[in-house]
Amino acid sequence: MMHEMALAQSIRGIVDDQARAQHFSRVKVVRMEIGRFAGVEKSALVFCFDVAMQGGPAEGARLEMIDLPGRAACLGCGEMVEIDDRLDPCPLCGSGQILPRGGDEMRIRNLEVE
Amino acid sequence: MCTVCGCNEGAVIEGAQEHGHSHDHPHDHHHDHDHHHHGHGPAGVSVPGMTQARLVEVETSILAKNDGFAASNRRVLTALGAFAVNLVSSPGSGKTTLLCKTIAALGDMPLAVVEGDQQTSNDADRIRATGARAIQINTGKGCHLDAHMVGHAMDELALKPASLLFIENVGNLVCPAAFDLGEDAKVAILSVTEGEDKPLKYPDMFTAAKLAILNKVDLAPHCDADLDAYEANLRRINPVIEIIRLSARTGEGMEAWVDWLRAGLAGKARV
Repeated sequence: MMHEMALAQSIRGIVDDQARAQHFSRVKVVRMEIGRFAGVEKSALVFCFDVAMQGGPAEGARLEMIDLPGRAACLGCGEMVEIDDRLDPCPLCGSGQILPRGGDEMRIRNLEVE
Repeated sequence: MCTVCGCNEGAVIEGAQEHGHSHDHPHDHHHDHDHHHHGHGPAGVSVPGMTQARLVEVETSILAKNDGFAASNRRVLTALGAFAVNLVSSPGSGKTTLLCKTIAALGDMPLAVVEGDQQTSNDADRIRATGARAIQINTGKGCHLDAHMVGHAMDELALKPASLLFIENVGNLVCPAAFDLGEDAKVAILSVTEGEDKPLKYPDMFTAAKLAILNKVDLAPHCDADLDAYEANLRRINPVIEIIRLSARTGEGMEAWVDWLRAGLAGKARV
């Protein structure tokens, strides 16, 4: 099993908690933010999401994933930069010495419910 | 999953009582699990053109529950002045052999071991054969340990003050990277038979690790392993990673590793 199933089960837990607290019975859209370095395989998460939501308020809901950029601190020039890949050089100074800082977010932003 | 304490029925923790499969028995937690750490956003934000439908703001990390358990584990460790390492690697990198040798090298220092595997208690049995305290967690189909399982295992181990806690994660270079267990450091073990480009193939884990142990260096001449290339690739992924070249078999590098552990423990000492 991939960790995407554990993530999908966490989403289910949060949706169930929210359904009780906010008094809704059906979720149409689950809107997430996923950082580029979060290590999430999105197609796997969609598959696991559909399975994990069965029998709950978000059964049949659509999973919408918003990409957040990868950010890194460059040890060469000291700037905070956006990068697409962990192995990219610094876009400002070309240094290969960059430390990822952020871009590992996995957050539920909001739910469209009725 | 149990909504009371988040018990995952998939995992089996040695020594733990029947737990988490019914909601009507009291849960006896020795440490304070925080069940309500996610915020409740304002309800009922209206969406134009949608009757009855509404938007519920959540703004919650999907790992919030795990992170809450991890914070709880960290508080317990800090209160004890204990130092915990989360050992991560591919299957077969030599984690358990390294641990057995490490326990022998540490002598009578108080320590305990949490062993994570999908099946069998083989690894915990090997650790217990050294005389050390060990608890096996079988994750079943699970590919990683999570902070909740480790919290229960820590309860069972009844850690002594100023202990070292070794958490041997499931052999997997992917999933354990995302799950904070409350440890002080992730230690990645990479054996020289695995290929110099492994840090580039699995960057998440080597970014998360504080220390990399390049293990089985005694085999390097037999498999044309370029140790400098391993180090260069590790530093390309993580410029601040510490690296120790080691052979659990010959004992090379063991002193540096034991010194690293002692320094970590000294850093956690209660003032």
